[in-house]
Amino acid sequence: MSEYKSGSNLEKVLKAGHFAFTGECGPPQGANVEHLVEKAGHLKGYVDAVNVTDNQTAVVRMSSWAASLILLEQGLEPNFQMVCRDRNRLAIQSDILGVYSHGIRNMLCLSGDHQKFGNHPDAKNVFDIDSMQLIHTVKTMRDEGTFLNGQKIDVPPKLFIGAASNPFAEPFDFRVYRLAKKIAAGADFIQTQCIYNMDRFREFMKRAVDMGLHEKCYILAGVTPMKSVGMARYMAKQVPGMDVPDTLIKRLRSAGKGKIAAEGIQFAVEQIEEFKEMEGIAGVHLMAIEWEHRVPEIAEMAGVLPRPKV
Amino acid sequence: MIVAEPKPIKEILEMVRDLKKILIVGCKGCVTVCNVGGSKEVAILASTLRIAAKKNGKEIEIGEETLERQCDPEYIEEIKDIINDYDAVISIACGVGPQFLSERYPATRVFPGVNTRFMGGAIEHGIWSERCAGCGTCVVHYFGGLCPIARCSKSLLNGPCGGSNNGKCEISGDVDCIWDIIVRKMMEQGRLDELLEFKPPKSWMTARDGGPRTMTREELVK
Amino acid sequence: MTDNTPQIVAFCCSNCASAAANVAEGMKMTMPGNVKIIQVPCTGRIEVLHLLKPFEEGADGVYVAGCQEDSCQYVTGITKAAKRVAHVKKILEELEIEPDRIEVFNLSAGKGQEFVEMAHEMTGKIKGLGPVLP
Ligand code: SF4
Ligand code: SF4
Repeated sequence: MSEYKSGSNLEKVLKAGHFAFTGECGPPQGANVEHLVEKAGHLKGYVDAVNVTDNQTAVVRMSSWAASLILLEQGLEPNFQMVCRDRNRLAIQSDILGVYSHGIRNMLCLSGDHQKFGNHPDAKNVFDIDSMQLIHTVKTMRDEGTFLNGQKIDVPPKLFIGAASNPFAEPFDFRVYRLAKKIAAGADFIQTQCIYNMDRFREFMKRAVDMGLHEKCYILAGVTPMKSVGMARYMAKQVPGMDVPDTLIKRLRSAGKGKIAAEGIQFAVEQIEEFKEMEGIAGVHLMAIEWEHRVPEIAEMAGVLPRPKV
Repeated sequence: MIVAEPKPIKEILEMVRDLKKILIVGCKGCVTVCNVGGSKEVAILASTLRIAAKKNGKEIEIGEETLERQCDPEYIEEIKDIINDYDAVISIACGVGPQFLSERYPATRVFPGVNTRFMGGAIEHGIWSERCAGCGTCVVHYFGGLCPIARCSKSLLNGPCGGSNNGKCEISGDVDCIWDIIVRKMMEQGRLDELLEFKPPKSWMTARDGGPRTMTREELVK
Repeated sequence: MTDNTPQIVAFCCSNCASAAANVAEGMKMTMPGNVKIIQVPCTGRIEVLHLLKPFEEGADGVYVAGCQEDSCQYVTGITKAAKRVAHVKKILEELEIEPDRIEVFNLSAGKGQEFVEMAHEMTGKIKGLGPVLP
């Protein structure tokens, strides 16, 4: 047991040297447990862990810890996401204890999208600590067994610590250093922003590998299949820090009516194939937004099945 | 300086709807510099209220005063002989003004005539920009002399976040990403290693989060 | 407004508007008597308060007559005046008074006829709006 930091399935899969495959599930905008269970059900057996988003894009949803518990009940391993926008260090630490007590073993630490574009733009934000400090907080609680104030924790939470990295946001030259900083702060694994610009990502990974970052941390490449040309255009223009090359938009468009989604999936599968071979990449994080039912087929096509039992 | 902007006239008219004798009090400090609460603006607001009264067929009497400062009791004192002639006061100083007036003249109703926005400066004539959030423990020297607490939308101390886009913040194309500026500046100066240092959680005790703030400097107290 | 004759105050730049007024006089064109002309050395010096005061005193309309934007004697005088007029329009709007009651006109020194015409135009427009007071 002590050979693992948390003993989560994701950690075991990665540590055993398997190519990890994680999925994602957004909690409902309501208490629709049935719908959540149905969506998550599509992922069961096809992924090593499921990210459960935390008021993603600053839109109010069922809390990520509650949805994570529901997934756990369903026999899926959640990767509990937490943003710094909505809670201060008191709430953060108590939620960490809470989720751990209920059996959650993975946690992804994020700053969180600003509330300005969410559905409660009048809200006051918190940002007591930032994502870097959140990573460090979880690590301190786990490895030092203390709270941020230095006080001892009676049974510290043992979580596998995740962090995000956006290789495409500006300033580009600094991004790999920020990744290094997150790893130094305590990240055990990284899930990147959705990748579309493969050239730029290859360059980013080359730098990361040159710095030896892949040896200190597991890097999972982010993939989101495009469902339509509209989605691609929206991502290109409206989503901050997203890099969607025109060539991809063209490729989708030329697939022709009725075949665009299939082309989007095809591109995602090609990406996954490349990531399997890419130096420094330990797995893929597949964010099939409201497309959970397509995950099995993508996993099948990408040849990442069956998932290892460790 | 403290930067403020005029309140909508409608809001002010609504506040003083039933009042006949109003004293408008300006301030020669920050709000004069940012063209919102000096003697000129006192006269403009007075004239505007008179036009409104005229239009509505109402009798109104408006006094105009501009104090040296509204954040010093000695200047607040200067209107003690006239204030009782009025039903109410509209202060067009920053938020400190109406409060100092309310505290000194408890019997008088005091209305704010401006919206106090932030601590900042004029980046050009007519355009102001925030610079400081008054956190109480200044750390700008770690960030190339720039403040991420006031100027990063998420107050990140280990930025930039993943939303930084072409030098702009994820919240708007009109808002600079201060972290983009910090990073470029530090890299240009060859100070990347300083940025790679983990900045631990900040103590907000000295900020507003520590409760309302007062400050005593014994050597100055009489 | 007395006998349906609106009271109008015109702030005129002495470099062009007033010269134009002289030309108009020389041409025996008559300015309407209800327009009170205030000569200013440069329209750039007309403050928001100056533009509000006539309304406070009971005027029904106000206009500024200055140089062409590209040939202002003091370069940006008329541009500044135009911005202030726009600001006063906003104030009037907030007071639920027609913003059309204040205007800015550009002309050049020789245009005496235009100068008189704008006075008539403004008078006509304000007449249409009626008095400020109910
Ligand atoms: S660090 Fe604190 S005191 Fe310094 S500029 Fe920023 S908010 Fe103001
Ligand atoms: S984009 Fe820049 S300024 Fe905006 S929240 Fe992110 S780091 Fe801060």
